[in-house]
Amino acid sequence: MTTLTLYDAVGAALTEEMRRDHSVLVFGEGIATKRHDLVQEFGARRVRNTPLAEGIIAGTAVGAAGTGLRPVIDLLFAPFLCYAMDELVNSAGKLRYMSGGQFSFPLVTLTMTGAGWGVGAQHNHNNEAWFVHSPGLKVVMPSNPADAKGLLKAAIRDDNPVLFFLDIGLLYQPGEVPAGEQTVPLGKAAVLRAGSDVTLVSYGKTVHHCLQAADTLAGKGIAAEVIDLRSLKPLDEATILASVTKTGRLVVVHEANRLCGVGAEIAALVAEEAFARLKAPIVRLGGPDAPVASSYPLEQAFVPQAEAIAAAAERLCSYQHA
Amino acid sequence: MNPKQHEIDPRQLLQQMLLIRAYEEAIVAGSGTGKIPGTCTSVGQEAAAVGVVNALAGDDLILTNHRSAGHLLARGADPGRLLAEVMGRSDGYCRGHSGSLHISVKELGIVLTSTIVGAELSLAPGVALSQTMLNRPGIVVCFFGDGAACEGSFHESLNLAALWNLPILYVCENNQWQAFVHRREATSRDHIADWAASYGIPARTVDGNDVSAVLAAAQEAAAQVRESGRPYLLENWTYRTRGHFEPDDQAYVDPAEREAWLARDPIAMCRDCLIADGHLTPAQAAALADKVASRIAVAQSFAEASPFPDVSELTRNVYA
Ligand SMILES: Cc1ncc(C[n+]2csc(CCOP(=O)(O)OP(=O)(O)O)c2C)c(N)n1
Ligand SMILES: [Mg+2]
Repeated sequence: MTTLTLYDAVGAALTEEMRRDHSVLVFGEGIATKRHDLVQEFGARRVRNTPLAEGIIAGTAVGAAGTGLRPVIDLLFAPFLCYAMDELVNSAGKLRYMSGGQFSFPLVTLTMTGAGWGVGAQHNHNNEAWFVHSPGLKVVMPSNPADAKGLLKAAIRDDNPVLFFLDIGLLYQPGEVPAGEQTVPLGKAAVLRAGSDVTLVSYGKTVHHCLQAADTLAGKGIAAEVIDLRSLKPLDEATILASVTKTGRLVVVHEANRLCGVGAEIAALVAEEAFARLKAPIVRLGGPDAPVASSYPLEQAFVPQAEAIAAAAERLCSYQHA
Repeated sequence: MNPKQHEIDPRQLLQQMLLIRAYEEAIVAGSGTGKIPGTCTSVGQEAAAVGVVNALAGDDLILTNHRSAGHLLARGADPGRLLAEVMGRSDGYCRGHSGSLHISVKELGIVLTSTIVGAELSLAPGVALSQTMLNRPGIVVCFFGDGAACEGSFHESLNLAALWNLPILYVCENNQWQAFVHRREATSRDHIADWAASYGIPARTVDGNDVSAVLAAAQEAAAQVRESGRPYLLENWTYRTRGHFEPDDQAYVDPAEREAWLARDPIAMCRDCLIADGHLTPAQAAALADKVASRIAVAQSFAEASPFPDVSELTRNVYA
């Protein structure tokens, strides 16, 4: 075990995978400046700064991925993905299918989002659900450094495009990371805490809020099970359904706004597959359907906090059918 | 009204540059202690902002970006309300919803500010279209960086503006940096002005650290846009002497290049020139600096006294 921040865990995964596979290269606006150690080890051909142009960065990555390389691109903040939307959605996500399987696109797109830096709605927009909704793209968002490293290694090895969301608020928080070859499979959720009364499902920083809420609930005699999705697509439906089958109560929590968010999909899944097991209505907690304000207290208020999660879970536990 | 160079007191230009510098230095100091959030400062680029903004008429419209303090202050924005915005307070120009990166001030004609690099370039043709179709007199001035010129939107914007005869003065602030990437690593030509020719747009590069040169070039450019109703591209050749976003240790910066530019500080150059020409005494120069310092002190107390927005503000102006 070593202690790394999430940012450094990403660096460690890049280093290990670039050592292992010479077709892996990284490029983006300033990545060669910020991760200069990669340039020193792997040289300027495999670690490149690019012009400030997300469309051509993503397009170049898709072209390279389809013809033998395994690019990792850094598109900085999630709202900037809008400039790369065509390349990611229409090319990376569709050309394997549309070519009748002749090509595949092993490509990882790194991006950051979430509350923490007060940089406003054009830097902070949890738009991960857009990509979940687009066929042909995998989407992950780790909540801790160990998962970040393991998921990134798996994503680089995957033969298909992966959108890799980093939560700004977690970026510089340290955590224990197993040394060496440890991958975290895409599509596998983690049960971080077992419980029999209510299931709390989340990803990114709100996983930590769920864990805090679970502590509070334990003090009141309520055993909450906490699931960290880690991957949003593929979604680990089995783990979610197994938990709700056991507890009969579900709270889904994310920082992204609720409307058509990942929580809506999970609520629908549980309603379709585990309706008979539900003891109470499903609750979704998410940010408001609004752009995120820059002002620090407003940015914090946007994110579902532990108290609201605990209160929702408690309400579910005392819910009586009419 | 077209402002003429002889109408502009050069001491006014110096004072505006001093105000911008003092304002941004206050932010740097405050962000060091955690009192003020970090910003993208324009330290070293004051002449580029002041020279252009002073060449404009009151009814001209400005689009700007994340590095906007110079444009805002030269246009007459209140430093107290700006600082309040940076600090996320309710008396900020955008009620704390923007923060430092996208401040617009409609009453000053500073419209549609975006921190998406290149967005100002995509929006400018539409703003100019409104001016033209609604028979409004002002031209449109679009500030953008050398990095923004790498986005497709730069090329799309110039093509459309040339094709539709849109009155846009494009002002590229070529400060040698695109965040943590030197422009040499990112652009195929040294000068963004070179790219304008392929769209049939007249262009010129000027010493962006010489405020009177910028003013003269901008007056000429603005007059040409006004008369022709067609676009023009002015490139201010300058340097970002601080980091991209505070705090930034600038470990990636070539110290020799930075030193060379620091030796050409636009404020020192302007002040020395005014003193040498007899427009200003050293004592008057010091008095200007004092005046500016007290204005910033007032602005800081105003911003600090302004309350944070209420949580109900989370959904103000949300309609869908
Ligand atoms: C679309 C987009 N990509 C990346 C960024 C991150 N970013 C903010 S400013 C900047 C550099 C901009 O360089 P330039 O256009 O030269 O303006 P300068 O900052 O030098 O004034 C970058 C990369 C962004 N805000 N928007
Ligand atoms: Mg620049």
